[in-house]
Amino acid sequence: MSEDEEDQSPPPSDLRSQQQQQRPPCSPNKSRNCISSSSQTFPDHVLENVLENVLQFLESRTDRNAASLVCKLWWKVEGLTRSEVFIGNCYALSPTRLTQRFKRVRSLLLKGKPRFADFNLMPPDWGANFAPWVSTMAKAYPWLEKVDLKRIFVSDDDLALLAHSFPGFKELILVCCEGFGTSGIAVVANKCRKLKVLDLIESEVTDDEVDWISCFPEDVTCLESLAFDCVEAPINFKALEALVIRSPFLRKLRLNRFVSLEEVHRLLLGAPQLTSLGTGSFKHDNQSEQEQEPDYAAAFRACKSVVCLSGFRELMPEYLPAILPVCANLTSLNFSYANISPDMFKPIIHTCHKLQVFWALDSICDEGLQAVAATCKELRELRIFPFDPREDSEGPVSELGLQAISEGCRKLESVLYFCQRMTNAALIAMSHNCPELTVFRLCIMGRHRPDHVTGKAMDEGFGAIVKNCKKLTRLAVSGLLTDQAFRYMGEYGKLIRTLSVAFAGDSDMALRHVLEGCPRLQKLEIRDSPFGDVALRSGMHRYYNMRFVWMSACSLSMGCCKDVARAMPNLVVEVIGSDDDDENREFVETLYMYRSLDGPRKDAPQFVTIL
Amino acid sequence: MENVGVCDEFVNLKATELRLGLPGTEDGGEAEKQKISCGRSNKRALPETEKDIESTGKTETASPPKAQIVGWPPVRSYRKNNIQTKKNESEGQGMYVKVSMDGAPYLRKIDLTVYKQYSELMKSLENMFKFSVGEYFEREGYKGSDFVPTYEDKDGDWMLVGDVPWEMFVSSCKRLRIMKGSEAKGLGCSV
Repeated sequence: MSEDEEDQSPPPSDLRSQQQQQRPPCSPNKSRNCISSSSQTFPDHVLENVLENVLQFLESRTDRNAASLVCKLWWKVEGLTRSEVFIGNCYALSPTRLTQRFKRVRSLLLKGKPRFADFNLMPPDWGANFAPWVSTMAKAYPWLEKVDLKRIFVSDDDLALLAHSFPGFKELILVCCEGFGTSGIAVVANKCRKLKVLDLIESEVTDDEVDWISCFPEDVTCLESLAFDCVEAPINFKALEALVIRSPFLRKLRLNRFVSLEEVHRLLLGAPQLTSLGTGSFKHDNQSEQEQEPDYAAAFRACKSVVCLSGFRELMPEYLPAILPVCANLTSLNFSYANISPDMFKPIIHTCHKLQVFWALDSICDEGLQAVAATCKELRELRIFPFDPREDSEGPVSELGLQAISEGCRKLESVLYFCQRMTNAALIAMSHNCPELTVFRLCIMGRHRPDHVTGKAMDEGFGAIVKNCKKLTRLAVSGLLTDQAFRYMGEYGKLIRTLSVAFAGDSDMALRHVLEGCPRLQKLEIRDSPFGDVALRSGMHRYYNMRFVWMSACSLSMGCCKDVARAMPNLVVEVIGSDDDDENREFVETLYMYRSLDGPRKDAPQFVTIL
Repeated sequence: MENVGVCDEFVNLKATELRLGLPGTEDGGEAEKQKISCGRSNKRALPETEKDIESTGKTETASPPKAQIVGWPPVRSYRKNNIQTKKNESEGQGMYVKVSMDGAPYLRKIDLTVYKQYSELMKSLENMFKFSVGEYFEREGYKGSDFVPTYEDKDGDWMLVGDVPWEMFVSSCKRLRIMKGSEAKGLGCSV
């Protein structure tokens, strides 16, 4: 359930200073430090040690990036003391550069494919492979403890290499990854004896018919978090039960849909110390011969520490009240895989006074949202997904639900809302009621839909959001939008770092407003909008300071893309074609460009052209 | 195996489905197609539908907005595939029913979704209980054996196995009973 961790890009000079560092280090006399230049190696040595002892306390990577720019010595010592490295784009640098710059890395966070790849806008096998990273790190960082990957292709071999190379390995987190199966997981479970965290989140895991749960070692484990709700394969429940019993530190357990309600019941009775529970199917197995139904509510009542609840993959609604005993303590509730009606929902939410994070399907309707607004005064994050994700679906939630939320949940920080009908008035209201908003993502599923009451474009609504929500860093827009909406974004969206645009705008001016007006823009993803060469050229002063730009089904010509690539040598400009390889095509199908310290990648597939 | 069963279900429902749309448009069909292909390995199936859809989607401001656009609305396939649907209960969970045979000491349980037609089911039952069931005739029922396969349907009535179309049988059968002897004769007559 984690949002993208936002980082601050290194200041523009970083690229240049990086290149400078490639030269061999200067002799101590020439280094710019505070001691007088007549001193030789001794003060430097001391200074280095002192610096090391101080810099090791710096945790924030923005602070570390700043510290590394002070002088060469600080750069070197910071590189020695950075233990957690965040790489927002795996192609921004090579694994070798990582291991040369940072010598003592214990934790790596790596992101791969661009987000629009999730929506099938890119053919498979584009890249973002873990293999070169794990093989390089296996030699350089034998002490590696944590790997957190998002949208990366990880093979079973990669997992095996990881399991064998890092004896102290503690945390494996795979979010939206693919390429591996239960056999790879089994190796990790078996070989990583110090494993504390094994979190598989929204990843595609092939069923190799391996009983990976039984592969955990027999003695007491260090497990604190085990999440496998995305693994679409039956599991050995007896082995799981035994594992939970010999895992005294286990706090977070997210089960997949092959675990029934009775089985959850048994697990809860054996593990009342859980704080986070993914409930699996939440389905009572009708076929079982048992006379009396287990007292599910009693099991939940015994779990006094549960604050986070998810799962409900095949919910039988009549059993939902079993969770009532824990509702008063819940800070996070995820119903987004369960088709729950307002009537079923209201008695539950009515007791969730402490709720801060709430995900659900739009099946709860505006009525359900009004109930949330009435009770959940501490709400920080709301995500409403469509039960029927089609353009012409019914859409049971509307501006009414959003308006109610804005009035009831004043502390709201993050919104993701799928709907079919919206009004400017509701957005304006939200912009005034929820000043803490940092993330606002609205998806009006019917393309080009105007305000359904006034018939006007959604410009004023989104304009109000960017103007009044002064802390806004992430924005996704939809509905009928003219260039005016983008004028507002450019004028007021000074803190925006991520912008997603689809089927919006009238002309190049729209994109120009954003590129010229949003100085913090890092990640720009645009699809199916009428932006062309003029717009692309207008942003050239920005692209080195951004993580990536994605533009698909826009009006960019190949010639212009080539010009940009030529003018900006440290920018990798990928053009991704589609299957009808038409030479005479007027516009480029997909442009994906990003800064890189090590030039174009060598593993690009056939359908990618690097200009 | 499941795949075929699912497709059959969709094909049957399509005929009775009420849809809004311009005559001749396939929008409901596209959505269904996407649903079917989404249920399998996401990668393989989707490029095919992608091709169909991409060619229509390119005419940006064209009038028929009904064709499903690739990747819109932006919901991950993982989420799309896993949202509980009304059909989910019967799909892929197996439909286990108890089977009893007159004179046999133990009950058995079988998963009806494993079979695609009556002959497969019969063969399996014959193997399980070591008997043979004779030949089925539409009017006269089963001839040539003392054993008659029957089932209890949703309404509580005891029916002869084979009288209704296979899909209807799978969705209405609650338990099976292989009758023997004189009792069987009564059901042998057509309803």
